[in-house]
Amino acid sequence: ARYRKVDEDFFEELEEVLITADVGVMTVMDFVDELKMEVKRRNIKETEEVKAVISEKLVDIYYGDEEDHIEQLHLSTEGLSVILVVGVNGVGKTTSIGKLAHRLKQEGKHVVLAAGDTFRAGAIEQLEEWGKRADVEVIKQREGSDPAAVIYDGIQAAKSRHADVLICDTAGRLQNKVNLMNELAKVKRVIEREVPGAPHEVLLVLDATTGQNALSQAKTFSEATDVTGIILTKLDGTAKGGIVLAIRNELNIPVKYVGLGEQMEDLQVFDPHAFVFGLFADMVEEDEDKDNE
Amino acid sequence: MAFEGLAERLQDTIKKITGKGKVSEQDVKEMTREVRLALLEADVNFKVVKDLINRIKKRAVGQEVMESLTPGQQVIKVVKEELTELMGGEQSKIAVADRSPTVIMMVGLQGAGKTTTSGKLANLLRKKHNRNPMLVACDVYRPAAITQLQTLGKQLDMPVFSMGTDANPVDIAVKAIEKAKEQHRDYVIIDTAGRLHVDENLMNELIDIKDEVNPDEILLVVDAMTGQDAVNVAKSFDETLDITGVVLTKLDGDTRGGAALSIKAVTGKPIKFAGMGEKLDQLEPFHPDRMASRILGM
Ligand SMILES: Nc1nc2c(ncn2[C@@H]2O[C@H](COP(=O)(O)OP(=O)(O)OP(=O)(O)O)[C@@H](O)[C@H]2O)c(=O)[nH]1
Ligand SMILES: Nc1nc2c(ncn2[C@@H]2O[C@H](COP(=O)(O)OP(=O)(O)OP(=O)(O)O)[C@@H](O)[C@H]2O)c(=O)[nH]1
Ligand SMILES: [K+]
Ligand SMILES: [Mg+2]
Ligand SMILES: [Mg+2]
Repeated sequence: ARYRKVDEDFFEELEEVLITADVGVMTVMDFVDELKMEVKRRNIKETEEVKAVISEKLVDIYYGDEEDHIEQLHLSTEGLSVILVVGVNGVGKTTSIGKLAHRLKQEGKHVVLAAGDTFRAGAIEQLEEWGKRADVEVIKQREGSDPAAVIYDGIQAAKSRHADVLICDTAGRLQNKVNLMNELAKVKRVIEREVPGAPHEVLLVLDATTGQNALSQAKTFSEATDVTGIILTKLDGTAKGGIVLAIRNELNIPVKYVGLGEQMEDLQVFDPHAFVFGLFADMVEEDEDKDNE
Repeated sequence: MAFEGLAERLQDTIKKITGKGKVSEQDVKEMTREVRLALLEADVNFKVVKDLINRIKKRAVGQEVMESLTPGQQVIKVVKEELTELMGGEQSKIAVADRSPTVIMMVGLQGAGKTTTSGKLANLLRKKHNRNPMLVACDVYRPAAITQLQTLGKQLDMPVFSMGTDANPVDIAVKAIEKAKEQHRDYVIIDTAGRLHVDENLMNELIDIKDEVNPDEILLVVDAMTGQDAVNVAKSFDETLDITGVVLTKLDGDTRGGAALSIKAVTGKPIKFAGMGEKLDQLEPFHPDRMASRILGM
């Protein structure tokens, strides 16, 4: 037979593939149960057809009640927009800011960056290098200074230069460090106070290599700063970042961009269909290999 | 709910058994099901869990559990023993070369914590082992990577060898060792750029460095929050470089850290140190038994 049968083996393999993509064991088991019912109800026999249903249903989980355009940035059309970038250590915040600055600049926006990571060795210099690459100005103070004060400076500078967008870098912090999370909340309050309606976006950067802890990251960072969107980085490796499905499902936070490398152009708008397909693409390819034999 | 400890997870199953007074094979099956879920929620790799569950099942249907008065406790004991065994004994030793300097190479994915751990390790070697290390900046790619290492070097008052970003990392490593010999440094810690295990060019660069400098220790630095992909990463780095050990970073977070188990299972290499914070004195020996408890949420 050219196509595999849709049997218990098929579902078991699907379970494995999705768990291996970090979707999370509970989410996967619920999903596969539902899929089995649907397959029975619609009397589906061929794997090709099931795959369409899998895609459809996973994309449904992703969108929930909302329709499209959830991946777009919500910037104000007049005056200064502020984007606050947060996340745990080493996920790709500073790099993503460089890429985003480049992207917004290409769209004709006047962008300014604020070097709010005053803690990590070399963090300010790293953002400055990205500022050079993207050809945007970086507002900074010395290492060790108060991050809220740097962000305040950044806002005043962006205002006086009539910039369209200010992107604020922050130091990486693990979500269980209460003091550091409070510090972040304070940074956000400064932004709220200085610019009405700001921050327009609070972007949580998640490393696609991360497992189930990403859900806890999303929860805690949201409590501290009302996260409005996710940048999912390092999708150019073999990790699939499946945990963002659970995050979307439980916390309703959409992914806005994906990081696909270390260069300035390696930031793309999130495409739920491509992402979902990627989650079980290995299984599809395997089947095609079998077909070709 | 996710992230319950294994003990809580087993509660319901145990209640049923307590009523009956005797454990059946079906009961054991239900208990191992809970163990499986707990391990998967802790990010232990799917295949590693599968093998582990098979071993646990075999022991659990034996008399040590079936005839126990506290079968739940007994299952937990079996699981913990299997996990600890798999994770290996304590081995936070660092190689010492017959002839100085001892060369240590730090490798791993982007953002795992290589540069920070290089600084921490240098600090530890000096403080605890009375050594005289030198740091080497071989990351010529990441913006300000050299500045980052130099800043750490300044904080530690420790020399950092660098040749800027235009030099070739292999040349930098070779020259660094010559310099270390001149200056009678007994340890050389080479910080390399983060790279994907599937990036052939950059993986080849590591092979070239290894071939030139013959490191006594190649440490794979892994983020404790890593999910299912940890096996692919660890396997590739180990197959390419034959690593000598692992450093697990960011264990000061609240992740269960099942990646530790996955890495140990696929490479067999010891996890030598745990990163417990961003500061330069926050590197600790790795304790396999504590890690087993942590993965199980106990
Ligand atoms: N392959 C790949 N690497 C990435 C991507 N995004 C970032 N990186 C790399 O990940 C590493 C960490 O990135 P940073 O931007 O410094 O991360 P960060 O979140 O700012 O880190 P801290 O400020 O230390 O918390 C760097 O080596 C980046 O080049 C991506 O999409 N793909
Ligand atoms: N909380 C915590 N943070 C850590 C630990 N180890 C490293 N970090 C942080 O993780 C981030 C990344 O660390 P780096 O040392 O720059 O990682 P790297 O592997 O050198 O990164 P690349 O060179 O970009 O590949 C930084 O913010 C560090 O401060 C740790 O054990 N605990
Ligand atoms: K990471
Ligand atoms: Mg940063
Ligand atoms: Mg580094």
